[in-house]
Amino acid sequence: MNVEVRDLRVDYGEVRAVDGMTFSLDEGKIYGLLGRNGSGKTTLMSVLAGFRRESGGTVRVGGRPVFENGKVTSEICLIRDAGETIDIDKVDDALYFAEWLRPRWDAAYADELLERFGLRRKMSVKAMSKGQRSALGVVVGLAGRSPLTMFDESYLGMDAPSRYAFYDALLADFMAHSRTIILSTHLIEEYSSLFEEVMIIDRGRLVVQEESQTLLSRGTAVTGPADRVEEFTAGLTVLNTRRLGPTASAMVYGDLDEARRRKARETGLELGPIAMQDLFVHLTEPSGDAARAVPSEDASADRSGDTR
Amino acid sequence: MFDDRSPIYRQIADRIKADVLSGALRGDEQVMSTNQYAAFYRINPATAAKAFQQLVDEGVLYKKRGIGMFVSPAAPDALRAERRERFFADVVDPMVAEAKAIGIPLGDVVKRIDELEGRG
Repeated sequence: MNVEVRDLRVDYGEVRAVDGMTFSLDEGKIYGLLGRNGSGKTTLMSVLAGFRRESGGTVRVGGRPVFENGKVTSEICLIRDAGETIDIDKVDDALYFAEWLRPRWDAAYADELLERFGLRRKMSVKAMSKGQRSALGVVVGLAGRSPLTMFDESYLGMDAPSRYAFYDALLADFMAHSRTIILSTHLIEEYSSLFEEVMIIDRGRLVVQEESQTLLSRGTAVTGPADRVEEFTAGLTVLNTRRLGPTASAMVYGDLDEARRRKARETGLELGPIAMQDLFVHLTEPSGDAARAVPSEDASADRSGDTR
Repeated sequence: MFDDRSPIYRQIADRIKADVLSGALRGDEQVMSTNQYAAFYRINPATAAKAFQQLVDEGVLYKKRGIGMFVSPAAPDALRAERRERFFADVVDPMVAEAKAIGIPLGDVVKRIDELEGRG
């Protein structure tokens, strides 16, 4: 289901958790939602799921308002870190409840997933480890096949093999049953290849929404003798510079055309890509001017010019 | 599974090109689907599709609607010609630069090449 958000504002008393977000999400894509602790990720998803009412602005999912709209919320699923938030006795009860709530529930698929994560219907949810509870959340989120499915850090406590099982199941089921999926995570390197688009939010505002491969292609690490790095990066958006004796490495954000890249190599500078996690760290740094420089850069950028 | 040095879709495209060059994939042979690549590499299918689109644009693959992607019959020769064209710039020139930087006389390099040639 597509999502349209205009000027969204969410206040908790005096505190503004979401401060004027406008964006739209397409049907049938996987979105990564990245933000530091307290940046507003969970608040935003709670509003999209209808758990919380917006303080201002509009939210439309599938073209309709969400809050207290059962027709829409039955098509939306938000999995918090440890599954559904209500106190549940047994795994069986969690699945029974999900089946009752989710019109597209696939019980056979749920059983297949339980087995894949080593869970049994008779297990007591309270006695499960954190990782097992996260896995139960994943089972409920995937088998529900909701047209808008959100996983809010649904990996907490999961070991690496279980997380890989989650990514594999998510991709396979997404390809078989297209829907809109939002994944919020701090494990950026592990998740980044799953995203078609990335949203980076910071202090309640949307900093970047971009195709993930395009975002990656915008970041370039320029390394070499400090004076030459400085000369080359003059006038470019530099997110961060690190120095090691006579050598400097600058993170440049923005498209570098072939002529510039050639010039860099000719002057003995090394060009390399920047991992999504590093881009994220520097696009959300509270001290930097860079975060503010991004939206204008972004608006002027050519989406199709991504051929590097 | 991937290094961080270039976008994933470019690495997939390079892998397919390498398979075409080595003969592992032949002209008019069907390649695995976007979804199979996405599942194998654990990446978003749109990213895998980008790799395929790049190869279609470059003439390495062609699309049969509703069936899948196939290797262009001319691709092996075209890729070989392209590699040959870049060989000196990509392989020889950096080697000469490296030899100079560390003080290996170019005569030694030529001697080595002659030795290898003699062995083959």
